[in-house]
Amino acid sequence: MRRAILQTMGLGRGKGRPCRRNRCHEACCRERGEDVSLCDILPGASCRICRLHGHGPVRQRLLDLGFQPGREITVLRRAPLNDPIELRLGDSFIVLRRREAAHIEVSDA
Amino acid sequence: MPDSAPALIALAGQQNAGKSTIFNMLTGLTQHIANYPGVTVDKKSGSYVAHGRRFEVVDLPGAYSLAAFSLEERVARRFLLEERPDVVVNVIDATNLRRALPLTFQLLEMGFRVVVALNMMDAAERRGLEIDIAHLERRLCVEVVPVVGRSGKGEAELRAAIARAASAERVTPATLNYGPLEDEVAAIQAELAAEPRLQDFSARWLAVKLIEGDREAEALLADRLENPHGLLDRIYRARAGFEARQGLSAGDQVSSCRDTHAGAILAASVTDTRAGEVPVSERIDRVLLNRFAAPVFLLATVWVIYQFSIVEGSNLADATWPALAALRDLLASLLPDPGFLHDPQIRAMGLWIADAVLTLLNFVPIFLILFALIAILEDSGYMARIAFILDRILQRFGLHGQSTLPFILSGVFAGGCAVPGVMATKAIPDARARLATILTVPFMNCLAKIPLYTLLINIYFPDARGLMLFYLATITVIVALLVAKLLTSSVLRNEETAPFVMELPAYHLPKFSAVLHRSLSRTWLYVRKVATVVVAVAVVIYGLLLMPGLPSDRLESYESAAEAAIAQFYTDLEGNPLRQTVLDPAQLIALIELEGAYSAEREATDDPADRAALDAGIRAAHPEIAPFLLGGTTEAERSAQATLATLAQERSDLRRQMRRERLETSLLGSIGRGLEPVTRYADFDWKINITLLTSFAARENSVATLGVLYDQEDGQNLSLAERMGTQQAAEGRTAVSAVALMLFFALYPPCLATVIMIRVQTGSLKWMAFSIAFSTMLGLAVASAVFTSATALGLSGLQTMTAVYLLMLGLLLVVALPKPWLPQLRPRHVREAA
Repeated sequence: MRRAILQTMGLGRGKGRPCRRNRCHEACCRERGEDVSLCDILPGASCRICRLHGHGPVRQRLLDLGFQPGREITVLRRAPLNDPIELRLGDSFIVLRRREAAHIEVSDA
Repeated sequence: MPDSAPALIALAGQQNAGKSTIFNMLTGLTQHIANYPGVTVDKKSGSYVAHGRRFEVVDLPGAYSLAAFSLEERVARRFLLEERPDVVVNVIDATNLRRALPLTFQLLEMGFRVVVALNMMDAAERRGLEIDIAHLERRLCVEVVPVVGRSGKGEAELRAAIARAASAERVTPATLNYGPLEDEVAAIQAELAAEPRLQDFSARWLAVKLIEGDREAEALLADRLENPHGLLDRIYRARAGFEARQGLSAGDQVSSCRDTHAGAILAASVTDTRAGEVPVSERIDRVLLNRFAAPVFLLATVWVIYQFSIVEGSNLADATWPALAALRDLLASLLPDPGFLHDPQIRAMGLWIADAVLTLLNFVPIFLILFALIAILEDSGYMARIAFILDRILQRFGLHGQSTLPFILSGVFAGGCAVPGVMATKAIPDARARLATILTVPFMNCLAKIPLYTLLINIYFPDARGLMLFYLATITVIVALLVAKLLTSSVLRNEETAPFVMELPAYHLPKFSAVLHRSLSRTWLYVRKVATVVVAVAVVIYGLLLMPGLPSDRLESYESAAEAAIAQFYTDLEGNPLRQTVLDPAQLIALIELEGAYSAEREATDDPADRAALDAGIRAAHPEIAPFLLGGTTEAERSAQATLATLAQERSDLRRQMRRERLETSLLGSIGRGLEPVTRYADFDWKINITLLTSFAARENSVATLGVLYDQEDGQNLSLAERMGTQQAAEGRTAVSAVALMLFFALYPPCLATVIMIRVQTGSLKWMAFSIAFSTMLGLAVASAVFTSATALGLSGLQTMTAVYLLMLGLLLVVALPKPWLPQLRPRHVREAA
């Protein structure tokens, strides 16, 4: 119900750049039959980074922050309006917009 | 003293690694802030003397790496390459070694003598991290000094390590093995090392950068070599070959090797004694950032800030005002004495400037408290969390989570100042959102806009005060959001944006001295900048108001009226023994001035005991002329008091009429009249135009100017609200005009001090001019549209305001809500559909 309301307000997940499974062709993700991006992970769950999509500054910043393939990420929480999300990566706590999180392809930890 | 040449030390490190505290620890109070050439990034430099040598320290902007993607990184990298510091102190957050080490590797690769300052050791200990410093030193081949910047622990050791490094031999650049990419890197490195024109760069570093495809490195090559194409081509082929072989970009390989290496060093040198435990900050966040509780805590924080800075700060400002008033009185007593009709020019101008400056200084207590609270928010780590909570809403309008602070500072809830607001936009990493914030922040209701609102509301909406103030307080936020959206999708469309990727720092207990220092230095910036600007503008406006002056026949008529009044005064006192005491004209003027001061003071006190004390004071200080002020029992004394009162009244009437006439004929007055054809549609006459022009210098001027323009005709004793009300009513003005004026005032161009700050923060005159022109046009358009259509529809003032408010609110919702009927233009969708 809440999601429906948020969605009608344009604040839910279905808008803008949707975090839909799209272009992962890596073996690690293909095993499961579908690709998962970081923004599809529910708060409280952990996952492992497969690869980073996108290019340019966003990608570089993510790499600098330690979003390297193979590392484990825990999704901690979402902001009150569902976006951005807070992650734990090693010892650091990082906030990302869902749009950026959609660039990070993950698999189950 | 082995080496007396000063050594250049650069402080490099990531954001939040505590570089500034280390910088302060090393340089103390000698620091100096400037800009890096061509950009608005602060360059902090300072120096100290130790071990018989002078050390110049430069604090580089925080950078995660030297990839040259962000402005800060480019600035830091350019400084390192061009200035070639003798030692680079790499400040590292001990609790976050893994992320910090890749930067260290890059610094080592560039061939610098590096000293690692392992900061926040206390936090690492509290976190339960045991760091094997000796092992870390062995692995990195540099000195690693554990420090606690906040308490100054490890300072002597750090200075010693820097001195040792500064006098050490040139080091050979460290190498990091890049695995499958190593062959390519080594080949290019060998080629670069053989190139005589590139000897001042580390061939290893340059090779890695080139194979990553770094644009600036390629430009550097093109700049240094006569024909770089062959080399560039070989590099390109090496990269393409690697990528085809490994299915991985060269840049990714480099970055992943650094990360893996950092992970390996970390695993060998750091023991986490509390692995698996939930950190304290995370436990706090589980409550503070809970999806449902977060907005409540946010509102509570905002309320506390408002309560302490605006409410309590205003009380404090009221308490300190007498001191400033005494300063003005002191100045008044030092300047030449006033005349009966004309004051000496230097006195008039001195007091004019003093009034302008003191009004602004009166806000200092508010700013001290506000900036201290904001420093607490920043140091504690909650500010980053505010950005996290609000980003979704602000993002919708092209703004950024970190736009919150500037808006709060500028007065989201009626009371603030756009000068520190614009200053605070520095923290926003996204250039487009930052500019949009800078340009919309002045719409907020600053402290100085309130008096005009109050005045107009008292005249036209005495029954709906609360509602009108609510409308005005919130409509500015609505308009600011709408304008931000408009600007980011038009003129700012092509500005650089940055992703919203932010680290939530662990909660710290703010340190008192740090908070005090920040609060004082920001307030000082306000005082210094505003005071210089205000003095300059006050002088200009004073000149515009004075020139060209009254024509001589008008002057003569005023002078003869003044002479007649004085003559009448002496005639009336004929035969009165008290006449002897005021025969000297200078004495007479002093007496009139004394009378003015006395009545003002008497007016201000309600307590009969205080009044009696005041009277007694006058009697003791001026025994012979006291009856003029206090009256008395004899006929002579009573008539003396009455005559003086008449004369004082005549003098002030004459002076006011003269001032008004001078204002009407002044240059500013002519400008005001000249603007009437344009402002007619918003129902602004020349008086309002003048008011708006003077309030461009500082908003506080608006009510003061109106006070002069709507002066009392003949000895009435009405308040400004009553005077303005009756005069405007006589001119056929209604509450709708007031609504138009208030809306214009809300959207009016930023005051001069803010404009200067916009110039400083954007580093561009273009944006400064834009901020003035855009909001003037917007304000005028809105005011004209509102007045014209409301008059045509025959709406009342309150109806007009409600209609405008609902219209804006509706527009806001239309912009904010998704529009499923519009075709999606985002490229990602196109690709997906394909």
